[in-house]
Amino acid sequence: MQLDDLTISRRNLLQGAAASGVLLAFHMPVRAATGPFAPNAFIRIAADNTTTLVMPQVEMGQGTYTSISMILAEELDADFAKVALEHAPPDDKLYANPPFGLQATGNSNSIRAFWTPLRTAGAAARAMLLQAAASQWKVDPATCSAANSMVTHAASGRTIAFGALINDAARLTPPEKPALKDPKNFTLIGKPLKRLDTPEKTNGKAVYGIDVLLPGMKFAAVAQCPVFGGKVAKVDDTATKKIAGVYKIVQLDDAVAVVADTTWTAKKGLAALDITWNEGANAKISSAEIWADLRAASQKDGLVAKHEGDAAKALAQGERIEAAYELPFLAHAPMEPLNCVLQLTKDKCEIWIGTQVMTRVQGTVAQLLNFPLDKVVVHNHLLGGGFGRRLEPDMALLSVRIAQKLDGELEGSPLKVIWSREEDIQHDVYRPVYRDTIAATLRDGKIDAWNYRVTGSSVLARWLPPVFEALKGVDFDAVDSAADMPYDIPNKHVEFTRAEPPAVPTGFWRGVGPNNNVFATECFIDELAKKAGKDPVAFRVSMLDKEPRLKAAVQMAAEKSGWGQALPARVGRGICAQVSFASFIATVVEAEVDEHGEVRLRRITSAVDTGIAVNPDTVIAQLQGGLIFGLTAALWGEITIERGRVQQSNFHDYRMLRIDEVPRIDVHVIKSGEAPGGIGETGANAGPPALRNAIYAATGVALRRLPIDRAALAGKRSA
Amino acid sequence: MATLKINGETKNFEATPDTPLLWVLRDVIGMTGTKFGCGIAQCGACTVHVDGKPVRSCLLPVSAVGDRSVTTIEGIGATPAGAAVQKAWLELEVIQCGYCQSGQIMSAAALLATTPNPDDSDINAAMAGNICRCGTYVRIRDAIKRAAGNAA
Amino acid sequence: MRRTLLTIVAILVVIAGAVALWFLSAPGPLSFAGGNKVALASYKDGKPTGVPAELQQASIEKRGEYLAQAADCMVCHTAPGGKEYTGGFAFKLPFGTLYSTNITPDKETGIGNYSDAEFLAAMHRGVRRDGARLYPAMPYNSYTYVTDEDALAIKAYLFSLPPVKAPARTNTLAFPFNQRWGMAFWSAFFNEDVRFQPVADKSADWNRGAYLAEALAHCGDCHTPRNLAFALDNRKKFAGTVSAGWYAYNITTDKGAGIGAWTDEALLSYLSTGHAPGHGTASGPMGEAVDHSFSKLAASDVRALVAYLRSVPAKPSSDLPSTLAGVAATSHRQGPDNGRGKQIFAGACASCHDWSGVSAITPTATLTGARAVNDPGGTNVVQVILTGMQRPNGLVSMPSFGSIYSDADVAALANYVTARFGSKGSTLTAKDVAKLRQQTAQ
Ligand code: FES
Ligand code: FES
Repeated sequence: MQLDDLTISRRNLLQGAAASGVLLAFHMPVRAATGPFAPNAFIRIAADNTTTLVMPQVEMGQGTYTSISMILAEELDADFAKVALEHAPPDDKLYANPPFGLQATGNSNSIRAFWTPLRTAGAAARAMLLQAAASQWKVDPATCSAANSMVTHAASGRTIAFGALINDAARLTPPEKPALKDPKNFTLIGKPLKRLDTPEKTNGKAVYGIDVLLPGMKFAAVAQCPVFGGKVAKVDDTATKKIAGVYKIVQLDDAVAVVADTTWTAKKGLAALDITWNEGANAKISSAEIWADLRAASQKDGLVAKHEGDAAKALAQGERIEAAYELPFLAHAPMEPLNCVLQLTKDKCEIWIGTQVMTRVQGTVAQLLNFPLDKVVVHNHLLGGGFGRRLEPDMALLSVRIAQKLDGELEGSPLKVIWSREEDIQHDVYRPVYRDTIAATLRDGKIDAWNYRVTGSSVLARWLPPVFEALKGVDFDAVDSAADMPYDIPNKHVEFTRAEPPAVPTGFWRGVGPNNNVFATECFIDELAKKAGKDPVAFRVSMLDKEPRLKAAVQMAAEKSGWGQALPARVGRGICAQVSFASFIATVVEAEVDEHGEVRLRRITSAVDTGIAVNPDTVIAQLQGGLIFGLTAALWGEITIERGRVQQSNFHDYRMLRIDEVPRIDVHVIKSGEAPGGIGETGANAGPPALRNAIYAATGVALRRLPIDRAALAGKRSA
Repeated sequence: MATLKINGETKNFEATPDTPLLWVLRDVIGMTGTKFGCGIAQCGACTVHVDGKPVRSCLLPVSAVGDRSVTTIEGIGATPAGAAVQKAWLELEVIQCGYCQSGQIMSAAALLATTPNPDDSDINAAMAGNICRCGTYVRIRDAIKRAAGNAA
Repeated sequence: MRRTLLTIVAILVVIAGAVALWFLSAPGPLSFAGGNKVALASYKDGKPTGVPAELQQASIEKRGEYLAQAADCMVCHTAPGGKEYTGGFAFKLPFGTLYSTNITPDKETGIGNYSDAEFLAAMHRGVRRDGARLYPAMPYNSYTYVTDEDALAIKAYLFSLPPVKAPARTNTLAFPFNQRWGMAFWSAFFNEDVRFQPVADKSADWNRGAYLAEALAHCGDCHTPRNLAFALDNRKKFAGTVSAGWYAYNITTDKGAGIGAWTDEALLSYLSTGHAPGHGTASGPMGEAVDHSFSKLAASDVRALVAYLRSVPAKPSSDLPSTLAGVAATSHRQGPDNGRGKQIFAGACASCHDWSGVSAITPTATLTGARAVNDPGGTNVVQVILTGMQRPNGLVSMPSFGSIYSDADVAALANYVTARFGSKGSTLTAKDVAKLRQQTAQ
């Protein structure tokens, strides 16, 4: 009886809480005297004084488990060395990422979005524990303090562990607006603490989705039609059937899978199939055609995202300087290839997966199976990289469709489906192709008019339709870092022309909207600086009076990188300044271009003001990693389409930076008391324009497309 | 029934002789610390040691292992080089998503076992075959030096 | 003036005559063997043509399938990624590109209308059904030795395949090479138009090997250098040459450059599996020949081929070293360092090939002893880097790196690999790689 009561009261309370905007500060009654104290969805304290923190965001390398724990433990005054972490179950009501209204991890907003809710949750729990202790001791709670999971009454020298207070505390009503700590009293936040998820990642104990093993498990390998939207015409499985260990060949309308005793047998079985595809109409699509379409679309007017002053008039008055920047399709290629473990029985589907969208996995699977939501149980695991790829539920849906075909003795067997790297790359949701056109005029050495048009796909329109509709088609992601570009320009006009590529599915990719916008803006700023006869750093600084945080970052990055110091021939420095995800970042890349046009990175320096850096070491690591991610793309990244299919397939033709190609990367974190900004994706934005501008400085060649075109650089050197 | 010597223990298993060691470890024996990343010896996620030498298990047929001893990420901590690498990895907080790190640690441990004081060229030669999509390379280099005692 | 002109004309006539004589007196593929050629029927030791004993009772289609495999028809008549036997494979020649044609029994675009006589004319004389001349990319100078019986078995097999509509791609040959009639003269010179005749005093094995090698497998088409008129120069029979962008190595019995020092087991293993320990792994066109042809031959036939190869006179190759390099150092520190080449090797290659060249993963990836890495020209090393090596069993394969590394990078890598694992490093430039890329691009 209690269980039901509990559920009901949870829901009711939640709905009330959600309506009042205080999503997290609700009271969950505790059933048994020995049960843990669970003042909200994030914190559980047990009688033995262990504190379990429930992670509303997923860990994919960005260090969020540690940062979230630091925030909760900070306000709770829990003993950080003893906290235990737990993945949250799927529950949009309890764990939705506030701006999405969905339990999603992305857009570099884990800390931004949860900063206040988590602090409030921690502080509310602490207040209840203090109250409980004070009542026991019959003293004023204001005279009690908490630290390391203990409450102390200094005057009397009494102390009591949180664990001893849980029953009393559970009877209290959580305060709606508990007092939050003054940041200057933070003892955890702002310290470079060791990550909580890394010890198990050094000894093979960490369990990613792909590692889940269940008794009696079968393994599946899958081949989807190489042409987008194509179907299976026929399958000759004679050779596959002869392979020992192959249990079943599953034919779906658009894919074929082999279920076997090991992944290897399944792969072998798949390779032995003779599949004829009905490639359909998309078999004609090629990159050339996609680019022609996009270029044509970029001539069309878009929806206005920003209008200040009169850009048209100003443009008509000065010398009009124009450029167009183009970015290719990119795959995510997380190191852990897509996968899904599941067990499907008549009335229940249990899923083990590492996903950025737990509730979406649960919801779409429930819909596919026509099951009530509570019959789809999703267990979350560590993600071997997300980068936006795991914001899609497709791996779960395809796996469920395969499991649906298991019959006879296999029916209900646990199944692990692993995409080969080739499938992973050829059936991604790709970073869209973009074409950004800019026109500007200069006046007195500064930019007077700025007319900017983004042409590309709207990921948001597919991924979060209600928001897209509410925005009336002006996709905030597509114009992110363009509509709000940081430079002080009197006449600005920014618009978005939506153009969806035929057949090729597009999705969020680390860096999201700012990817193309920071690139185009920062490349063009360098070209304008040259026109104005100014140094790129000085030019930027002259237009950043209204953005002091960015200005300071630019100045620091310039200083730390040795900006202005002489360089050898064919070596250049390039800068990128950006405000994205509410962080202020300047990055200087120093690179060398050899006589064949090959580019070598020599040094990278970033300065970042991300507000309060919850864990500064994580901020540094995220920028280092993000820079490498972005630079990899700038140097080599491009997915091309021919005859309706992706031409790249694995790391031999979709190239990754390797350790010997990566120089020192120095990241300087600027101390700040502002609210935390996002960081995980910023490096991916910063790397490409900074590198391109370094090449521009080294060779005088103004590249306007990525990846870098070696042929255009061969034999070139700066005048 | 075949046997493998893994981390000092003898394990019995059943698999066709052409099955790569990786899948015997992961799917048959149930040791999932060794990862699958590419299947074509391009990423290093699947690196194990065979008689102390780093080998890509995604392409190594299990039958080719014979009675040589296999060390995986689960057992590398028992070797002095492995323990030093794991410690340095945590001290310098190398790891992000961690998926590539089993392989990185195995490659680094093999390097240190033969080259106690590696310079940058040794690190490049030993580690360039290991891709990290999260971009932890800067710290990997520092951590190897830390583990070698010539701290970064 | 007149006299000068006359002299010039006279000289030209003499030269032309000498050239014609030299061409006409050119040895045939079996001339080296000497001995007494006899008609098939009068050869006593058995029947060197047809199919091996175990297939003799099989249907004509089955026999034809075996012979078509021995003649390796499929590889040239299939475009990469295309349907088998539907043509479209590109032959890159110095004077343009030729495409193979559809030989499925489709009546419109294939050979569905060919009569037996027409099929034989194409096989033996390079004459198309409409009378037009075929270019010698179709090795009718070899297939001419195939018996009528065997050729018609091949036809029966091809006619048993499902007809596929696949129109021919247009060749892009420059004048005068686009004039097919010119091939009539070529044929007159270089196409003997005779069927196989065994050598009476040679063993049955040898004669079977000769039939397989010369009539069906057409080894010489790649391994024998060509003269100015693009015909095989049997004075240098099997002495090795670059063809279609790959170096088809010396397969004479020369102990240094050729296969004279290989054991029988090594040769058997190489032909039937594409790999022989200590000799590297077949790749490129030879890899395809193994996959689609030699690996499918009966063991007795592979033995016969080896017996025959053993009799081909040794010819040295001035461009190949006579000794192969041994195992390289296990440390990256020892050995050459050319910067970029070594760097790429460390990232993309060392995990499989090892710094020593002896693969810890599979013997097929061992570089030590491979002719390719010991070729100071580096041709095949470049090609393998560019195109990789895919085996149909999916087990042994090397990815292609052609799309991620520039010509300069590939040149640096090939130079490093040949210097580290061969006896003398290559000195390829980006331009050389660009040319090789062109020749194999499909
Ligand atoms: S999985 Fe073996 S090297 Fe990538
Ligand atoms: S830590 Fe994520 S791939 Fe290396």
